[in-house]
Amino acid sequence: MSEQFEHDAGSYVGVDRVPGEPIGEERTLRLEVRGYLLGLALAVALTVASFWAVGTHEIYRPGAAVALLVLAVAQMGIHLIFFLHITTAPDNANNVLALAFGVLIVCLIVFGSLWVMGHLNHVLVPTDQLMRMQR
Amino acid sequence: MSTPALRLADDPSFGRPEIFHREASGHGIGGPAPKRIVVGYGFWIFLLSDVIMFSGFFAAYAVLFKNTAGGPSAHELFDLRNTAAETGCLLASSFTCGMASLAVGQRSQKWTQLALLATGLLGLAFIVLEVREFTGLIGQGAGPGRSAFLSSFFTLVGCHGVHVSAGLLWLGTMMAQFSAKGFRQDIRHRFLCFSLFWHALDIIWVAIFSLVYLVGTLPPELLP
Repeated sequence: MSEQFEHDAGSYVGVDRVPGEPIGEERTLRLEVRGYLLGLALAVALTVASFWAVGTHEIYRPGAAVALLVLAVAQMGIHLIFFLHITTAPDNANNVLALAFGVLIVCLIVFGSLWVMGHLNHVLVPTDQLMRMQR
Repeated sequence: MSTPALRLADDPSFGRPEIFHREASGHGIGGPAPKRIVVGYGFWIFLLSDVIMFSGFFAAYAVLFKNTAGGPSAHELFDLRNTAAETGCLLASSFTCGMASLAVGQRSQKWTQLALLATGLLGLAFIVLEVREFTGLIGQGAGPGRSAFLSSFFTLVGCHGVHVSAGLLWLGTMMAQFSAKGFRQDIRHRFLCFSLFWHALDIIWVAIFSLVYLVGTLPPELLP
């Protein structure tokens, strides 16, 4: 069979995986439970760190908002890996590509909106001033 | 090395349905992907589009955050203890939902029902906390009609709450179907979609509690 499919070298012909599906046959139940527990522990740790970052003076205060953003992205990553079982294996390529496209659109919408609206706030005359000028 | 076109006869599953279905990969040979893959992947695409819808609400909130129209700001309104309790409920329910999917894999009716019940109760606790918070805000005159900031806040967080409520209805349906119809393949496919939905809702909540509640309670001079 390998000879027959020589022209397929480098391309993946196995069965895909669905996000959210436990790994199943190759892993024991104990390992699966341990994976979920590890994900839960990491998510709890990142949540506690986020709530801690709001009030603490240990981190540079003007950087607190950025710290919260980073912690949120990290925790979303933990959820994707441990609860949705997204991996970089070839059987996950479709899932990862769809996810990457989703993230691209999300970033375009959020940062694009902030950019454009911030720019408009900067260059346009506020409405109340405009009304006074027209009077 | 030349790459000859893939011929149908090269496919070892050609004319052999027993292999055709076993080795189906959805990658051009071996026939279409199994139904489980098609269903799960389709639902994954739906969830990503749902996330994109949420990103629109997030963008609106971020843009309107400072437009309080003289009304209360996020810094004065949010109670982080409530947010922490909601976060705990949803995170724990995401974990028990994972346990339910393991129990379904083991075909254990008892553990499936127990894990789903725990998931549902935690989700219900989340909704109760959220409704209490919303009625408290509206009671103190900070309802969605007060300012652009509060309109966008209630739309974003309320939309997530509506998703969780719909998820609870779905969860009840799954419990009933598992107990009435057993671990039939189509029911397991539905459950796979449900668990994806529930985990995705928790991911969206991570963004909400971090970027809406926690960033909102930072002192205003620290925000850009």
